[in-house]
Amino acid sequence: MVRILIVVAAVIALGLGATAYALRSPDEVAVAVEAGPVELTPGRLLFVDDVTGKVASVPLSAPGGPRRVSSLSCKRFYTAAQQGLCLADGSRPIPGSTAVFVDRTLTERRRVDVAGVANRAKLSADGRMASWTTFVTGDSYSQAGTFSTRTAILDQQTEVYSSNIEGTRIAGMKMAGDMNFWGVTFTADDRTYYATMSTAGRTYLIQGDAVEESAKPLRENAECPSLSPDGKRVAFKKRVAGDGARPWREHVLDLTTMVETPLAETRGIDDQVVWLDNDTIAYGLPGEGIWAVQANGEGAPRQLVPHASSPSLVTG
Amino acid sequence: MYIATARQAPAAGGTGRIAANVLALGAVSLLTDVSSEMVTAILPLYLVLGLGFSPLQFGVLDGIYTGVTALVRVAGGHAADRWQRRKLVAGLGYGISAVGKLGLLAAGTSATAMGLVLAGDRTGKGLRTAPRDALITLSSEPSALGRAFGVHRAMDTVGAFLGPLVAFCLLWTLPARYDVVFVVSFCFAALGFLVLVLFVRDHRDVLPRVAVSLRNAFGLLRSRPFRRVCLVACGLGFLTLGDGFIYLLLQKKLNVEVAYIALLPLGTAGVYLLAAVPMGALADRVGRWRIFLAGHLALFGAYVLLAGTSGISLLVGVLLLHGLFYACTDGVLMAVAGPLMPDELRTSGLALLQTGQVLARACSSVLFGALWTWFAW
Repeated sequence: MVRILIVVAAVIALGLGATAYALRSPDEVAVAVEAGPVELTPGRLLFVDDVTGKVASVPLSAPGGPRRVSSLSCKRFYTAAQQGLCLADGSRPIPGSTAVFVDRTLTERRRVDVAGVANRAKLSADGRMASWTTFVTGDSYSQAGTFSTRTAILDQQTEVYSSNIEGTRIAGMKMAGDMNFWGVTFTADDRTYYATMSTAGRTYLIQGDAVEESAKPLRENAECPSLSPDGKRVAFKKRVAGDGARPWREHVLDLTTMVETPLAETRGIDDQVVWLDNDTIAYGLPGEGIWAVQANGEGAPRQLVPHASSPSLVTG
Repeated sequence: MYIATARQAPAAGGTGRIAANVLALGAVSLLTDVSSEMVTAILPLYLVLGLGFSPLQFGVLDGIYTGVTALVRVAGGHAADRWQRRKLVAGLGYGISAVGKLGLLAAGTSATAMGLVLAGDRTGKGLRTAPRDALITLSSEPSALGRAFGVHRAMDTVGAFLGPLVAFCLLWTLPARYDVVFVVSFCFAALGFLVLVLFVRDHRDVLPRVAVSLRNAFGLLRSRPFRRVCLVACGLGFLTLGDGFIYLLLQKKLNVEVAYIALLPLGTAGVYLLAAVPMGALADRVGRWRIFLAGHLALFGAYVLLAGTSGISLLVGVLLLHGLFYACTDGVLMAVAGPLMPDELRTSGLALLQTGQVLARACSSVLFGALWTWFAW
């Protein structure tokens, strides 16, 4: 009897403890919000609001000021050519995501259900090509608990949709089951792209052709490339030695000379950065909001928007 | 022969009460499996999405862990026999794994600390399995051993069923709060440990007649029946495709979305859960060895289905046969082997057998993985 009472007491104590832990009030977050619609108008910086999980915007001229918050929930948001791509949690019972295409007023145009957890989303500069990356667990043949990426490319003009570009042939490399692709960034021809490919524990920056479904490796150790507006450089994260989480340093690679420059931001960036103009990149840091830094390796990082992630700028 | 077999009841096996100790061990396994499967289900997401670790950083270590676990298992089995403290060694294993759940929180963003915590968790698992199974054999009537293992494995599988469910429900209500999952997982593990401490009794009545040494433990392999069990179990283990491989083949053949692979093991577990007790009881009646081999026939049947059929019959057939395979083999093998050893060497013997099986399966997994990669392209 005593033993049963002890167990019951333990159940109650542990249950209360766990509940108290889970419901610990999070630090109060106060962000200034202003009324008004969120629209994809030039000069606005779009992002995902950490407080609500919804797409919000501020003018790039006053990024620290009050934000407008929409009703569109996204894990990841990207805008180009006054169109938007929102990667949100799926509505089905299994872990999944939905890629939602929206217009200028954030009204849904189309949606694509995809497997896995949302990670990256990108449009080409004219909005025609779309790509997104999700993480899927459990499809490894030999061991449970590993995971892989799925990267899709959708051509909105020809409606050619590749739900997983894993079949892409890489020049000079043998096809392998462990090849994973992520972080696509398109060039102006809406056909050539840069992306990360990993195999056998190494990552490569690749230059791919979405029509031919082929690619060539450009260099090793480069993830989440992002092409500059002039198409001459890519910003990427480079894995550096270190024991901590997010062991990356953001670099910019000149595609003509293949010279890389480390940026002034020394904190680990786990993001596919965006270019605000040809000289500045912006990125999210977990818990620290959106930051910007010069693309030439000089200057110091500065905070743009607190309590926010997944930035992108409406140009036009 | 040994006392255990001298007590053997006439061929009426499969009835009678399940020992309280077996039920207690089943409850411990249930709670511990909820705890560990919770973490297993979300760990990759946490490591890679939450912390930004490379997916390969931990995958590569998997082989090393398997080797370490094998050594720990044999050492733990030997220690349990040498001091006749099975409950202590099993409790140590359960305790290490429970503390490890808090370790996941404490490890924070350090890859080294995370690796150590995961290694500790597997050490705990390696330590506890053999003494637990030895306790089951020592607590049950030899004639009803199959059924006892069936009950234990069914309870264990209920835990494996609930774990991922609990984890995903938590993450669904509290998005990205992996820390809450770890805390709740710790609570389940701590309860499991408490139930072990309070309700499981060790068998201290059987004192060793001979000094238990490592040489004695390995000497068990000189006994022909036990050697035969080990050889057959390892040989069949080598021919057993890993679960992941079967689910991947199913997904490819049925052309279902990859995300649904996560649901396939639930089918196997469901069948295992329902069939474990009936198959255990049947094994007591018609012969455990026979059921053990029949289980592998079921697995072979699953392979045949994978090669031949398609559609819903493939899905249902493979999961059914795969679940039956587990129901006929996992606990039944322990029930076959247990009575072949003297009580005081039982943990060592079971540890040896389990280690051989684990290593054979690991080899087979590596081999099939290589073949798969080779022929896939």
